[in-house]
Formats: sequence, C-alpha cells, structure tokens
Amino acid sequence: MALLEIKNLHVEIDGKEILKGLDLTVNAGEVHAIMGPNGSGKSTLAYVLAGKSGYEPTSGEVKFNGKNIFDMTPDERAAAGLFLAFQYPLEIPGVATMTFLRTALNAQRKKRGEAELSTPEFIKRVRETAGKLNIDQDMLRRAVNVGFSGGEKKRNEILQMALLEPRLAVLDETDSGLDIDALKIVADGVNRLRSPQRSFVVITHYQRLLSYIVPDIVHVLSAGRIVKTGGKELALELEARGYAEYQEEAVA
Amino acid sequence: MNAGVTTIKTAAETELAQVFAHARGSLPGDDAVAAQREAAFGLFAKEGLPHRRVEDWKYTDLRALMREAKPLAPPPDAAAKVGAKSAGALLGDVETRRLVFVDGAFVAELSDLANLEIGLSVGSLADALSGNDPMRTQHLGKLAPAGDVAVALNTALMGDGAVIRIAAGATIERPLHLLFVASGKPAASFVRSLVVVERGARAMVIESHEGPGGSDYQVNAALELFVGDEAHVDHVKIIGEGADALHVSTLAAAIGAHARFNAFSFTMGGAVVRNQLFLKFDGEGIVAGIRGATLLKGRQHADTTLVINHVAPDCQSREVFKTVLDDEAHGVFQGRIIVRRQAQRTDAKMMTQALLLSERAEADNKPELEIFADDVQCGHGATAGAIDEDLKFYLLARGIPAAEAEALLIQAFLGEAIEGIEHAGLREALLESVIAWLKNR
Repeated sequence: MALLEIKNLHVEIDGKEILKGLDLTVNAGEVHAIMGPNGSGKSTLAYVLAGKSGYEPTSGEVKFNGKNIFDMTPDERAAAGLFLAFQYPLEIPGVATMTFLRTALNAQRKKRGEAELSTPEFIKRVRETAGKLNIDQDMLRRAVNVGFSGGEKKRNEILQMALLEPRLAVLDETDSGLDIDALKIVADGVNRLRSPQRSFVVITHYQRLLSYIVPDIVHVLSAGRIVKTGGKELALELEARGYAEYQEEAVA
Repeated sequence: MNAGVTTIKTAAETELAQVFAHARGSLPGDDAVAAQREAAFGLFAKEGLPHRRVEDWKYTDLRALMREAKPLAPPPDAAAKVGAKSAGALLGDVETRRLVFVDGAFVAELSDLANLEIGLSVGSLADALSGNDPMRTQHLGKLAPAGDVAVALNTALMGDGAVIRIAAGATIERPLHLLFVASGKPAASFVRSLVVVERGARAMVIESHEGPGGSDYQVNAALELFVGDEAHVDHVKIIGEGADALHVSTLAAAIGAHARFNAFSFTMGGAVVRNQLFLKFDGEGIVAGIRGATLLKGRQHADTTLVINHVAPDCQSREVFKTVLDDEAHGVFQGRIIVRRQAQRTDAKMMTQALLLSERAEADNKPELEIFADDVQCGHGATAGAIDEDLKFYLLARGIPAAEAEALLIQAFLGEAIEGIEHAGLREALLESVIAWLKNR
C-alpha cells in the first residue's frame, strides 16, 4: 500500500489557486525528489501536508498510511509519522532545545500509546543521536534555534527528524542557504535514516542536494501540477537545461 | 482642580469617612501619629477616590471599581489563625523567615521569630506606633508619595505591619517573608510596613498577599523600603488574592549609592488590583532590575504603575514587565522613568509586553520617559499581541498538541521576566505557579 497518496489536489491561498490538481504516490522506502521553479507550489505542498492553517484544500484527497490527512490536526499527523523539515526553521526564545525535543518526542509517544521516556533515557538518546549527526552538544543547551546560523538551524531540523523517527519526512528546501560542508552533514543525516519502511519527499530547487541524497524518483512541479516524472537522471537534465520548457508547458 | 468640584460622594467614599470617624480614636499611635492620620485623611476627603480623570488612575477608575468600603477587619480569631497555617504554599519549599499577618494584624505565634540573625531586628508596626520607636519617627511616611490617595488612605487607617531593620554590613541569607493572609471576612485591612536595610547589608524581602475566593475583602498595603549605600536588596511581591478581592498596594523605595536593587511583582489573584511602585534612585552607581509577570483571566483587572525617579548620575536600570491576559481580563501597565538634570549617564531601558489569549481581553500600556539630563541612554518598548501562529505551528508540526504548545510559548514569554529573579528556588516556585495557572485555563 502507498504510504502517501495525493489525488487531484487543489489548494487556494488568499483566493489564488496554487496547486491545480496534483497527483503523487510515495511507497514505503522510496525517496522522491520534487523539483520546480520558484512559485510552482513546492512549499505550499509541504505546508498542506503538515497542516498549516490557511493551507486547506479546495478539492482532492491526501491519504497518509491509508487515512485521510485532512481529518487529522498537525500534531496528530506528526504523531502518525509525518515530519516536515522547515525551509525556515523558527526561533523560539525562552524554550530550551532539550525541553522542546523532549516535549515533542513524549507527546508523540503518548499519542501512539507508548511509554514516555524518562529524563535520563531521553538525554541519552539525544546525545547519541546528536553525536551520530556531528551536532555540537552546545546547540542543545540553547533556546530553540535562537542565535543559530543557517546551517545549525537545518542540522537541528535533521536532529529532530532523527529523534522523532517519522514514517515520511518532507524536506522543504533543506539545502537552501547551506555551504557544501553543512549540506553533506544534512545529506548524511538523511541517508542514515533511509530504510525500507521510511520514505522521503525532498523538495528542492537545485540538483546539488540530489548528488548526496540520491532519489529513486524525480518529479517536476510546475504551476501547481506534476508535469514530468522520471529517474534520478531527470535531475541532471533539469540542472543542464533549466525549467523553461516545463513552465511553457504548464502555461499552455 | 477638577476634584475640588466633586460634591456628590460615592457610597464607598461616604463609608470610608464613617470608617475613619469610627476608628480614629482607637487606632494605634500617639498625637504625632494621629496628626499624620488626620492630614492623610484630609487629602482623601478633598480628592475622593481616584478616578479616570486623574491621569495616574486613568485606566483604573477606583471610584467606579470600588462599590463599597468594608469595615476594618477585627483582630483575627482562633479559626482565622488556624486557617493561616496553610498559607504561603505558592512559595513551594523556599526556606524563608515568615512574618505572618492575618487580616492585617501581626500574629507572633505563627511567625518565625526565633534565632534572629545578627543584625536583624523585627517588630510590628502596631508596637512601633504605640511606643517611641526611632524606626517610626525617622522613617514612617518619608518615602510614601504625599499626593497619592491610596497611600493617604493607608496612612490614615494603618493598623499594623512589619518593621524590619537590617544593620550595616549584615547579610541575611534566609529571605524574609511578609505573609499577608486574609481570612475571608468581608472586611478591609490597611497594613503598613517599614524595611530599613543599612549600608552594605544584604537581604531579600518577599511580600505575599493571599486569601480565599468568594469573599470581596479589601486590602490596602504599603511598604516603605530604605536601601542603604552599597546594600543589595531583592524585593518580591506576590499578589495571589482571592478571586473577588480588591487589592491596592504600594512599594515606595529610596535606593542609595552603588546599591544593587531588584524588584519583582507577580500578580495572579484578585478581582481588582492596583500595584504601585515608586522608586527613587537616590545615589550614584546603582544597578537595578525591575520586573514583573502578571497572569489574568475571567474579568480580573490588574494595574501595575511604576514610577522611577533618577536623581543621581551613573545609574542603570532594566525594566521588564510581561502580562498574559485571557477571557475578558484587563491589564494595565503604566511606567514612567524620570531622569533629573543631574542624573547624567543614566542608562534605563523599559520593555513591557502583553500577550492576549482572547479577543475580549484588553491591555493598556503607557510607557513614559521624562528626561531632563542631556547625556543619557534611555529607551522603552511596548508590544501587545496574540500568540505567534507560526511559532505555534512549528510546535504542532513536531507533534505537540495545541494546548501544550500554547503553554510552552506562554511560559517562554513570562520566563524572560521571571529569569531575572536571582533566587533559584523562588524562580522555580513562580514558574510552577505559571504552569498550574496554564493547566487551569
């Protein structure tokens, strides 16, 4: 059964249609890349999946693990195993990173009927995970993303993903603003988590990230629709030739 | 002025006059004290209760909010004293020296008076008024602003309070806790305290006010605090009155040169609250942090009014006041920083923020700077808004349910003020109170 199944999804933001009949099926264990020009609806798709208010569908359906995603609140979706790595992770002054991580992990466990982790268990798990991802322990002692560099914020997203162990991770332009070293750390974090049960949707503008996270399937999103689907070689083609032909196609 | 043309007295004003006429003969103190009372009551008789046309009381119209004046509380009976034993829970397990007042009267048997630290002396105002205590003759009424009607009523009707002196150079490790408990009798108490911290001494004074819900008792409390040169004083006021109470309290402090002074106000109880702070920076080189956190719900009304008067050079102050408002609550913050001509190189920054959890809640923020010196760094900022939906979504997207996400953000908002408290145990206790408040939302 498909882990994520999107059928004919239409979404309007402030009265303007952004997604215009999007179809996408992601099976367990697959890595999909969604590439497209600015304004094609990539981030809108990410927000609709995660459940941001104001990003509700006008028609179409999205099933996650067989369930209608629009019947679930954002926190229920997260507990069911959906994770969004934000393009712009938010700074939360006054909330310690450790408190944030523990609250999130235990809230998800509670909702799934699992025992909450004790403080020592939790600390051990965070330290191990951070160690594997080459994340400085000092980051954990600060307020969530406050004073973090762009690279640190993205690494913090990957740490959260590794800790929360989602079924499906949607990475929204996680490569934007990263230098090559940070990019490798982020890609390495994703590759470590690849498994036959876990799927990824990697949203990106550039092919660069896909040299490190090698996708199974590449889609081109243009003007709110998937206009082409292919293998990983499609990403290289796009890098060489740009999006122009797809934009014209979408308009026509 | 306009108060002079007031001819029609409200019920509460008439009742206050009756209360004073009835009590003046039996209130403690010699002729000098009696004269102080008469003069203070004279101000009230002339001005009446403060109302919205008096600028300093614009948002807290006491004439409208105070429907009646209660009779003076009788001395606490045995039941009231027993009830007071469980008071002070809000402080958690913070180890303090308690001085307990029930319905405004000092109760020695509930207070910790044994093994006073060297340099610490403690007494009651009732005793100080009756005797010829130099603490009273030298300090009483010296700091309280003469023109404030709430303070004038306190002076006219003060019955008891704490009188504390900390000798030069003494360090009092254990915080002093003035615990004011209302028994719930529908009565009024007028408490007045004096705290004198001499040169180079160190102390923390916690003043807490609590009482049961369901009673519309009234409290008027005033504390005159003298902070000597090079002293280090922390003052914490916790207003946890019962849900139907009326509470007006005043801190009037003068701070000496090179002193460190921190004040924190924590307001979560009471139907109508007016918390006044009048702080005079009297000597050079003072470093001060003035902070507060207020949590209001239902139809609570709480007003924090702060006046900081810089009269000496090279002082630094930081003011951070945070208010969280739910339901139809009304929060007011008025903050005025005055920098006199001689107070050069004053560095004062004030930030006040209100977080509105309901569309029917109201926050009024009035920051003012009056600067007469030419070489200063002063600034203020004020914000009012709802919970940041983007931050909340980030927490939701990590699986944190909405109520918990909001609670985390509210704690973080207040934390910025509460973190300024140096005493770790007290900081924890107040954060626990915030968490409990959030759970009951």
